[in-house]
Parts: sequence; C-alpha cells; structure tokens
Amino acid sequence: MIKVLIVIPAFNEEKNIALVIEKVTSIVTPYNIIIIPLVINDASIDGTAEVVLKNNCMLINLPVNLGIGGVVQTGFKYALYNGYDYAIQFDGDGQHPADKIVDLIEVALQGYDVVIGSRFIENKGYRSTFLRRIGIWYFKYIIKIFCGITIYDCTSGFRILNRKALEIVSEFYPDDYPEPVSIVLYKQKQLKIKEIPVIMYERIEGKSSIRAFNTIYYMIKVTLGLFFTFFRAIKNRN
Amino acid sequence: METIVPIRIQIIAIITSLAFLIYIGRLILKEKLREEYSIVWIICTLLLLIFSIWRGGLDIISHFLGVYQAPNLIFAGAIFAIFSYLLHLSVVVSNLHEKNKILTQELAILKKIIEDIENNKGNKKGSIQSNNSPEDKKTIN
Repeated sequence: MIKVLIVIPAFNEEKNIALVIEKVTSIVTPYNIIIIPLVINDASIDGTAEVVLKNNCMLINLPVNLGIGGVVQTGFKYALYNGYDYAIQFDGDGQHPADKIVDLIEVALQGYDVVIGSRFIENKGYRSTFLRRIGIWYFKYIIKIFCGITIYDCTSGFRILNRKALEIVSEFYPDDYPEPVSIVLYKQKQLKIKEIPVIMYERIEGKSSIRAFNTIYYMIKVTLGLFFTFFRAIKNRN
Repeated sequence: METIVPIRIQIIAIITSLAFLIYIGRLILKEKLREEYSIVWIICTLLLLIFSIWRGGLDIISHFLGVYQAPNLIFAGAIFAIFSYLLHLSVVVSNLHEKNKILTQELAILKKIIEDIENNKGNKKGSIQSNNSPEDKKTIN
C-alpha cells in the first residue's frame, strides 16, 4: 500500500480551497495507492480554516505566517514523521491539475525521487504572464549551468517527492520562492529528477504570491539562492 | 604635533564614556543584554574612554597611520565598526528566523497530533478516522 500526502498550502484562500479539496478527494486512484489531502493554513486572516474543517479535510494551522517555503516544508515534515511514502505539493489556488496527481505518482513509482509537473513541455494551457515566462527561461539556463540538466518549468510547485527527497527538504528548504532553488539542491544530492507535461489553469480567485512588481527582486533573490545552494552543497560534499 | 584638547570637553567625554559603560553593565546584570552581544559595546566604550583620557593619542595614531586629519580616522574606524556590527546583527536575526521557523512548524504539527488524539478519544467516529483510515478512501481495483 502506497500512502501519498497531498500538501495543500493555503493563505487566505477561503474562496478557492473548498473546490481544491473537492477535486483532490474525488480523484480515483488505483487500489494500491491512497492519497490523503492535508491543508496547511499559513495563519490566514480569512475563514480558510473553517472551510477546510467543514469539508472534513486534515488541517494544520500554523500559529504565525511562515511564507510558502516554510508552509510546504511543514507538510513535508508531517509526511516524513507519519510514514507517508510520497508527498505532493498541490497549490491551494486551483492552478494545479488534480487529474495529473496519479500520473505523478505512477512516474515516481518508476524509480524517480522527484517528479515535476511542467507547463512548458507541451506548451498547453495557462502558462503564466510574459514577465514570469522570461524569468523561467532565465532560470532554465542558470540551472543548466549549475546542474547540467534542463528543467523546462523550474517554478512549478506541482511536484512529488519520495522519502529520500523528503529527508533532504526537511533539513533545508528555502523560505520564499523555493521551487527553482530546491532543484539545484536535489541535483546536488544526486536525486533522480523527471519532468512530465501537465496543463495548468489560471488561478480562480485572488492574487499569486509572485506579482509582476516583485519580478526583479524575485530574479535576484533566486539567482543568489541558486548560487549559494550550489556552493554550499559542494562544500558539504568535501 | 601637539594639539591641546580643552579640559572641559575631556571631562565631559570621560564622564559620558563611563556612564555608557555603567549602563551596559547594568543591562547585562538585569539580563536584558546577553554577554556575547555586549562584547562589542564594551570594547567600543573602552576605546572611547582611553582616547578621552589619553589626550594626544588620536593624533599620534593618525600620524603613525598616515592619516592627515585625525577626525577622518575616527569616522573611518567608527563606520567600519558600525558596519561590522550590523552584519553581526543580520547573522543573529537570520539565526533567530531559522529557529523561529522550525519551532513554528514543530508546534503546528504537535497541535495537529494532539487534536487527532483528542478527537479519537472524544468520539470513536471522530474526524481523525474518516481522515486517516484508508478504508474510507475511494479506491478501485
């Protein structure tokens, strides 16, 4: 029996979260796979927690706001402590396709440590704003320089991690904008990474954590993060 | 090169330095300031005190280092000291930030576990069972 935790980070998502939970719980899985959704409420100031409980879903309430990296890491730690085989990050804003969860698990079962759902392999569906696409293109080359692999959608948070990867991320996970930086981390720890094509949707309501206003800051911060994660890993290996 | 510092400002400088040193000591005694963060302050205050007492000292050192105007040496030294200490504070804050994050996460997970236990105790068909038991999940063969 394979237990998979669906980690759903949520910050002020009372309008979207019910639909997201419904989508995840209505997934039909093969008989040997159990998926269990877990919403992590990042100290929301709206009714996110009540909506989650009303939908009879597991909930962890963070007492103070941690930001996306800290929230997702909480879910990964929970999965690790409670004996789950895999954890999937699944955003609470409705962008990630629930019907691809089983695909992620099945690819991971083929022996990959990390499987990423990518928007840019088949270039279908919602592919983010122009500025963000430039950023993603830029990170693709930086990651190629550092790691020697091409990840088409390094900012995608839709990914599955096995226990080996969970152990690594519960030790260290970047605070904000963790997605590109963690790829360098996985590669440095010699995890097997695989990308599969998925189609994403535009968020249903509310604002993304990354706004156009912050793009320059985002790019500088992530570049620094990539750079230092790379050299930290080299230092630790020696 | 002998410039005489007026005695009045010298006394004021000595008194101020001493008062500052005493204040730091009081903060440590009352456990409002940890020793490791007070070392920098004590050293700086002692330097101030030394130069308040040793009147020609600053000129001698400036001359020795090749600085033409003694006040420039003070500014350069003070700014460097401030930057170093700010960097040190950033390190302290980063450290606190990391520890704070870990504590928050562990606390939230523990709260979740306790809630699960209480729910289980309260009513046998509590939410934990419907959430955690595999039998309730839709499965196909």
